[in-house]
Amino acid sequence: MNSILFILPCYNEEKALPALLNSLQIVCAQLSLKTEIIVVNDHSTDQTPNIAREAGISLLDLPVNCGIGAAMQTAFTYAVDKKFDFAMQIDGDGQHPPIEIQKLIQAQQQSKADVIIGSRFIEKKGYQSSTLRRIGINYLSLLNRIYTSKRIEDTTSGFRLYNKKALLLVAENYPDEYPEPQSIIDFHKAGLSVKEVPVLMAERQGGQSSIRNFNQLYYLFKVTIAMFFSFIRNKK
Amino acid sequence: MERIQIITIIANLSFLVYISWLIVKGKLREEYAIVWLIITLFLAVFSFWRDGLRIISELFGVYEPPNLIFTAFIFIILIYLLHLSVTNSKLQKNLTSLAQEMALLKQKIEQQQDARKP
Repeated sequence: MNSILFILPCYNEEKALPALLNSLQIVCAQLSLKTEIIVVNDHSTDQTPNIAREAGISLLDLPVNCGIGAAMQTAFTYAVDKKFDFAMQIDGDGQHPPIEIQKLIQAQQQSKADVIIGSRFIEKKGYQSSTLRRIGINYLSLLNRIYTSKRIEDTTSGFRLYNKKALLLVAENYPDEYPEPQSIIDFHKAGLSVKEVPVLMAERQGGQSSIRNFNQLYYLFKVTIAMFFSFIRNKK
Repeated sequence: MERIQIITIIANLSFLVYISWLIVKGKLREEYAIVWLIITLFLAVFSFWRDGLRIISELFGVYEPPNLIFTAFIFIILIYLLHLSVTNSKLQKNLTSLAQEMALLKQKIEQQQDARKP
């Protein structure tokens, strides 16, 4: 039986986490896979780690705030060490409803793609983000098309399923800050196949986006630069 | 010797003593001290050799000797700042790796402790 690790990167998610863990455990019970849930606590200042401990969920507790990418990389390393066949990122803020997990797994089984990305924008249903953010996301999607000549609509989606081959790459090399758009270019350069599937996303249930106010401009600027350098970097 | 020369030489010497003290106390690593020692030496040479600046300016074709100082030092400072950014990036990368390793180890220990509990 194949095994799958659900990775929940969290930074101050005490509000959203209990409900998310509940619904995730229900979904896990229905899957015909060996499952494990792991919470990565990126040095939260609230009760996030205790919630995970009390629920009996494995916890990776970072001693300093490292950024979501570094948090994810920790869990990717864990997944590789424990020889998981698949790993899936589910954001701790409740934006990725566990009911949608099955769609990504099915897409993986059908297409055998190395990375499956859950996308909000293919069917344009569910939470669609604000107009300003949509413009930013479209811009990143365009950049991605220039660099990889492939069309990915939701480049910023973190709702992703990785197989073993992809896990080896991301455990070794994953951007620590704003990793999503940049990593798609890394996948392309490493020759991994990427497939997008339509999913419904929810609005965040608590916590705050790490990308707000002036950060949004900084985000676009930083990601633009990072994507370019990922593009010209030699394959390792 | 003119008054300004004596002042610069004294300033130089105390700077040199301060850098040495930092190294001795282990507060400054030798590799970062190198650049400071060289700059101090550089300044010391010009406080003794008053004509030096004029001669070198003429050599480079700079009309106003002070301009040479500004240009040269801004250039050196920029390079050094870049070097510090590189050092900083390296430190951040190391710190992240350490934090990740710690998180993984902590998880392993907790897991073992849980397994021992009846």
